[in-house]
Amino acid sequence: MEHYLELCENPVQFENASSVNNVFFDEANKQVFAVRSGGATGVVVKGPDDKSSVAFRMDDRGEVKCIKFSIGNKILAVQRTLKSVDFINFIPDYPHTEFTQECKTKNASVLGFCWTSWNELVFITDQGIEFYQVLPDKRSLKQLKSQSINVNWYQFCPETAVLLLSTTVQGNVLQPFAFKSGTMSKMSKFEIELPVVPKPAKLSLSERDIAMATIYGQMFVMYLKHHSRTNSPTAEVVLYHLPREGVCKKTHVLKLNTTGKFALNIVDNLVVVHHQSSQVGLYYLYLPLVFDTLYSSSWSVFQPDIIISASEGYLWYLQVKLPPTVNLLQDKGKLMDFLLRRRECKMVILSVCSQILQGGEKGRLPIVATVFDKLNQVYKEYLEAEQSYTAAVESGPSRGSAAPKRPVRTQAVVDQSDMYTHVLSPFTERKGVSHKFIIAVLMEYIRSLNQFQITVQHFLYELVIKTLVQHGRFYMLHQFLQYHVLSDSKPLACLLLSLESTYAPAHQLSLDMLKRLSTANDEIVEVLLSKQQVLGALRFIRSVGGHDNVSSRKFLDAARQTGDQMLFYTVFRSFQQRNQRLRGSPGFNPGEHCEEHVVHFKQLFGDQALIKPSTV
Amino acid sequence: MASGMQEKQYTPSLLNFFVYNPTFGQKEGEEEKKILFYHPSDVEKNEKIRNVGLCEAIVQFTRTFCPTKPAKSLHTQKNRQFFFEPEDNFWIVMVVRNPMIEKPNKDGKPPTVEYQEEEIIDPLLTLITFLVLQLFNGTFGRQMEAGGVELLIQKLEKFFYRYLQTLHLQSCDLLDVFGGISFFPLDKMTYLKIQSFVNRVEESLSLIKYTAFLYNDQLIWSGLEQDDMRILYKYLTTSLFPRHSEPELAGRDSPLRPEVAGNLLHYGRFLTGPTNLKDPEAKFRFPKIFVSTEDGYEELHLIVYKAMSAAACFMISASVELTRDFCEQLDGLVGPQLTLLASDICEQFTVNRRISGPEKEPQFKFIYFNHMNLAEKSTIHMRKTASVCLTSVHPDLMKILGDINCDFARVDEDEEIIVKAMTDYWVVGKKSDQRELYVILNQKNANLIEVNEEVKRLCATQFNNIFFLD
Repeated sequence: MEHYLELCENPVQFENASSVNNVFFDEANKQVFAVRSGGATGVVVKGPDDKSSVAFRMDDRGEVKCIKFSIGNKILAVQRTLKSVDFINFIPDYPHTEFTQECKTKNASVLGFCWTSWNELVFITDQGIEFYQVLPDKRSLKQLKSQSINVNWYQFCPETAVLLLSTTVQGNVLQPFAFKSGTMSKMSKFEIELPVVPKPAKLSLSERDIAMATIYGQMFVMYLKHHSRTNSPTAEVVLYHLPREGVCKKTHVLKLNTTGKFALNIVDNLVVVHHQSSQVGLYYLYLPLVFDTLYSSSWSVFQPDIIISASEGYLWYLQVKLPPTVNLLQDKGKLMDFLLRRRECKMVILSVCSQILQGGEKGRLPIVATVFDKLNQVYKEYLEAEQSYTAAVESGPSRGSAAPKRPVRTQAVVDQSDMYTHVLSPFTERKGVSHKFIIAVLMEYIRSLNQFQITVQHFLYELVIKTLVQHGRFYMLHQFLQYHVLSDSKPLACLLLSLESTYAPAHQLSLDMLKRLSTANDEIVEVLLSKQQVLGALRFIRSVGGHDNVSSRKFLDAARQTGDQMLFYTVFRSFQQRNQRLRGSPGFNPGEHCEEHVVHFKQLFGDQALIKPSTV
Repeated sequence: MASGMQEKQYTPSLLNFFVYNPTFGQKEGEEEKKILFYHPSDVEKNEKIRNVGLCEAIVQFTRTFCPTKPAKSLHTQKNRQFFFEPEDNFWIVMVVRNPMIEKPNKDGKPPTVEYQEEEIIDPLLTLITFLVLQLFNGTFGRQMEAGGVELLIQKLEKFFYRYLQTLHLQSCDLLDVFGGISFFPLDKMTYLKIQSFVNRVEESLSLIKYTAFLYNDQLIWSGLEQDDMRILYKYLTTSLFPRHSEPELAGRDSPLRPEVAGNLLHYGRFLTGPTNLKDPEAKFRFPKIFVSTEDGYEELHLIVYKAMSAAACFMISASVELTRDFCEQLDGLVGPQLTLLASDICEQFTVNRRISGPEKEPQFKFIYFNHMNLAEKSTIHMRKTASVCLTSVHPDLMKILGDINCDFARVDEDEEIIVKAMTDYWVVGKKSDQRELYVILNQKNANLIEVNEEVKRLCATQFNNIFFLD
């Protein structure tokens, strides 16, 4: 049996819940509080990492109902009664003694409180909400805002700092509030469709059936809709999209095809539905899938991806195991869409690519093309973001706009060297694959890169050329170069030069490429000289205006090597003329190391053949 | 002057064309057996034997001077003979009458005939003829093995009957000498799309061994090796495509009746094989061609499939029998994709043309040829098929081009030749490495230096992406 979900290997451990030890969990800071004897014998706070772990003592002033740190562990809030919340400073050098804030609405009971920043929090009472700022130095609170409204229960999403209140008698009208640095804004309310409308009206929407989550950066309210005899026989999860502005809309319905007790999690942007009759059902957003795994009934589920066993003293993060999931989707395009959105996706994506290339069935190229296009789309978006970041940094800070943020390179960015190392290079070396298919795949990758206007890196061209040469497909190579599919570069031109002995036209192709580069004039001269085309080299360097700077010795060496005396004469005289023009004298400078050639010239043609220095 | 008194010009024409093997029919009285093919066929037997004998004698005689390189051609006042031995003891001979001018004389005397010797009809024609022959029939040796002399004679008859009709000697010029390939200019992305198309078709129809892709009678991709592609290209552009485009031009048998495959409209159709797939009587027979492999030759079916201006040639081993099923599959797969590609290419082409601006009549015209990849390019020819050759310059200038080309052929070194023609035109020939460029300039008052500068400028603008030595 394949498992698609797993608990993290290193759970957070805490002292298990008992009669003397109460355990609390704060979703905002992901901290577990173990409160022994009301705090008198110690409070141990364990967070996701050691930094957020704290231990302290506090006076036992009654049973703790709720305990939470403000963001950054600056201030601790403890609720012990229905009327008030107590505060303790954790800022160094500030008075440590507790202070209390009572709720301002008369006869109201405090249902709970939520921190919205390091020093701001909101009280939720059955009659409304009160938004406060804590003044730690003055050990008092200042009310920022309040709102009267009947509240049945509430949910808070710490990532977005949005508070959701259940109102009306049935409880299915939800009123969200958004908090941001000292301000509180009312968002538009919405109604959850109940499976049955009870008569007479009574509270029908339980807080257990509502969860808030951010999926792909968007806020959603998830509703676990239980079956009723009258309509759909199985339960479903209904997703409501809650935009910052505008109206909340029902967007997705995930059919669970079963009944029973459920709990929800969000793991890596996937909606996980726990089926508590000893199964875990996993539902991907858009892609419903179910499978079984062992499940303990003593676990509590917290958002977005936390499972706590208070009796055992463990806090786990839920993780998606990606490798087994690749077999769940036959459509490789959809599979890529799914994988590209997962956190730890790179190696899985690369192995899927290899796997596609391995299969023997026909019609793989269109699939390969689709997959490459999907990968390169994400790759291109990252490159563009990186580019505009660099441009913004270079142009310096502009007034009014925030400092540019460096784009995050997620694992979904699969670049050319990833593909080369993990997929393409091993693929070209595999035995028994037709070279036709190898070349088709490489060309498909190059096509896809070009389509997204991504500059192809040299090592890919090298791989193409290596494969073509290995199978003697020189004419193919020739045609690719003719249509500039393999873009010009010095390394490529040199690679072509090295092929000349096996494929003569490579010489011409290489020279053409060097010419087009227009920065490779020295290389062209070297190539021509090595071919003993001394006059050609001389004419060329003259045509590009580099005649004055070339080494005369190099040319004379080459001319002498040809054994053609007239050629040597011509080249020699041409450089004498150059010297005359540049320095007013036909002689060579000592630095040019042409002495032996002068001797050789005199031997062949006599002193009188030298151009004489003109007398002034 | 009265019309009867005008000069009459005669274009070059094919007098004889024959194939023989001197090792056959060596006994006295059996000389006819040496002759495998003779054109025209209605020539009297003894004359055939005489002409073949003469060729044999010339070849034998010249061998005494150079055993490894026997004579290639014999020029006389009235005609030229070309000898070519593609395989041991198999000879192809072509006899061409020189072009001539008949000048009428006064007083009823018979007209004076002037033969013009220096027209360009290159010995290469016999080579190309052989290669085309070989493309469709394999080597002489192979045919002899397959069915003896009888089969060979039969095959030659069948082949030349059609082929000699496509041999239009009067319209032969420099481009025929090169036997090059015109490549369709295309941007990288569209080219990659074509690659992708070819690869996909070859992957899903794995019977296909090689594919070639052409647009507007110009090559874009060849899966065949260069030498084979050169001959196939020659056949496609001078024989197959013109045969199919002429009814299109005349409006008959309009191909622009889209086929509906699935829910995609497409304009694909077979140029070889079945003309109508829906015809229950349709035959699924395709021409067979021979291409070189590492160890000899292989025989292939040639499927030519066209949608609008895009043509794809698919080659499949001749040992496989092609069925209706396969053709329908190919039609369904290729038709829609090729139609789409054809309109893509067309669009790209017009975009590029618009960018490069309206075509102005430039001050020069040129022919370019690269021996390395056989690429040719001409702004002299407006339209070139085997039968029609529309050039925009005077035949005298074309003749000069031919002469320069002959000079180039004699030396290996890079060269440049500048000629001032009688008609105030300048003709420049340049040879750099494997490339040849011929330019005709219409600047009557220019001097040599200016012409040289002008050609340099032309190279810098038209050929800036290749390495051309000055």
